Amino acid sequence: MDVFLTILVDGTIYGAWLFLIAIGLTLVFGVMKILNVAHGALYAIGAYAAATLVGGNVIEEVAGFWALPLMLLGSILVAVILGPFLEKFVLRLFYGRDEVVLLLVTFGVSLILEDVIRMIWGVFSQYVAAPYSLFGNVEMGPLYYVGYDFFVVALAVLVGVATSLFLSRTIMGKIVLAVIHDAEISRAMGVNVSRVYLYTFTFGVFLAAVAGAFTSPMLAVTPSIGVNAIILSFAVVVIGGMGSIGGAAVGAALVGLSRATAINFWPEAELFVIYAVMAAVLLFRPQGLFGEPAQRRI
Amino acid sequence: MIHAVTSSPPLAALVCAAALMAVGLMLPDWVLFTASLALAKGLVVLGLVLLLRMGAVSFGQGMYYCLGAYICGLVGNATGVQDALFLVILSGLGCCALGAVLGVFLSAYRGVFFAMFNLALSMILYGALLKATSVGGSDGIGIAPPSYFGLSPSDEYRSILFYAFVVVIAAGVGLATRIYMRSELGLAALAVRDNEIRLEYLGLSVRRVIVFNYAIAAGLAGLGGGLVALVSGHIIPEFAYWTTSGEFVFMTVLSGPSSIVAAFGATALFETVRLVAGQYLPNAWQLMLGAFLLLSILFLPNGIGALAAGRRRTRAPDAKEDAR
Repeated sequence: MDVFLTILVDGTIYGAWLFLIAIGLTLVFGVMKILNVAHGALYAIGAYAAATLVGGNVIEEVAGFWALPLMLLGSILVAVILGPFLEKFVLRLFYGRDEVVLLLVTFGVSLILEDVIRMIWGVFSQYVAAPYSLFGNVEMGPLYYVGYDFFVVALAVLVGVATSLFLSRTIMGKIVLAVIHDAEISRAMGVNVSRVYLYTFTFGVFLAAVAGAFTSPMLAVTPSIGVNAIILSFAVVVIGGMGSIGGAAVGAALVGLSRATAINFWPEAELFVIYAVMAAVLLFRPQGLFGEPAQRRI
Repeated sequence: MIHAVTSSPPLAALVCAAALMAVGLMLPDWVLFTASLALAKGLVVLGLVLLLRMGAVSFGQGMYYCLGAYICGLVGNATGVQDALFLVILSGLGCCALGAVLGVFLSAYRGVFFAMFNLALSMILYGALLKATSVGGSDGIGIAPPSYFGLSPSDEYRSILFYAFVVVIAAGVGLATRIYMRSELGLAALAVRDNEIRLEYLGLSVRRVIVFNYAIAAGLAGLGGGLVALVSGHIIPEFAYWTTSGEFVFMTVLSGPSSIVAAFGATALFETVRLVAGQYLPNAWQLMLGAFLLLSILFLPNGIGALAAGRRRTRAPDAKEDAR
């Protein structure tokens, strides 16, 4: 019984981490049809922003609850600086090209950003230790968990619900949904599609930075965390169906739980299991669990 | 004279091979090493060019590349057979067989899904190799230097002999690919990209075309992987990592779908940029590579192959026109 509780809790925490990264990725794909490989690098930049503002690596370490709003501020700064810049001066040059070409463009952006990270913050690990003890420990049967992990689960739920409500309940959200459905018709109806793209991409960068900032206390911040994060959230997004937020949640839970199961019973298969699940889903439901089937090319 | 060479593929292959050999004789060993590596990787890119002709891009070609390298290394180490030709042919055939099987499943997918499914498969191999201590785990395995038809060269001739070996294989495979591209099945690939339904009206199976091209691409990646294993003498699971596959796709887009020479040229260009950037800007070589990628997609949307093809089009009808 304890084993299953462990798997459930570990899987949920890991799934929450994955969902925080994947929601921005899936949103940007849904609206702009760009599978943004640079999302991982932006996630890493968010983590570094947190390390700079609160980790005590550059300026004085911030203890107590003030650390949380500072991390949010860091994420907003990253989004406001990088989002419009990348959308206006890089991605916009390539709109209308094949989806796979755009994927390659963001791969190039991700290569560039990774070196920029190394130039600004160096190659050594940085830590954001203080916030991790903010919420104390939680006792669950014979096991202790760090409270901050559950804060991240709550944050993932909050971000997911808030984004869904924004899309379904606000006028701006409805406009975004219209663009997701058909960008050309939306444009004909008077929607400023390029502005929707700009805002969506910036919001996607914000979500990546939030994921990086708020999960940075859980890990050592190194330049390579972005690459690891993006490749896992690819699996999540493909499993759930690209462009679907609910799908990303289910995909994250599925990946989190199967990884936790593997770690408990067959640790060697940790990475193997995640992609085996992804391959199995693609085999039986190519469009992902919540995706819409693509039309055949005519 | 020039027209005679460009209009006869076997002659062109021979001239290219002779030119590469002549240049090779003048190069120092470390350049020969890079050149052999670039030619071997060019074979992988050639396979991806075949996929690109169908409008398909695989973000998991590293799987076959890695598998080819491991087949070459493991068989060589286990049996003691060091013959280069035997080992690389085995790598190519092994990967081609796997590609034919997986191709049956993968032929149902298009676009980003095709790319991602391949990525998932390559990451499965990567994850498995990383934890498989019996084949070296994350350290990989070392490979003894190859022999050629029973002859083991001494150290001073090793690089040039291997270079010659890769040149002969690359020229032969390049020629065969060129002949295949102009065959009925090869031209059908272009029709898959343009209009699948029209192709089926004509009585050709889209699925068969995709599986066939995919299997050949897998075989070429395996062949390239086997050659890289022999030239570098060391293989690691990172061969199957998605960034390796991403680099191959990059070289393929740089090459464009229209030319064999462009596939090798793009690979050589990529490796040169990486070498120069790594040499002079050790902290910013990724940045240079990324900028190079963005600029080449922006200014050469059809790859460097289109530069030459654009000039030729005025003289000969384009292959794409033939397929219609």
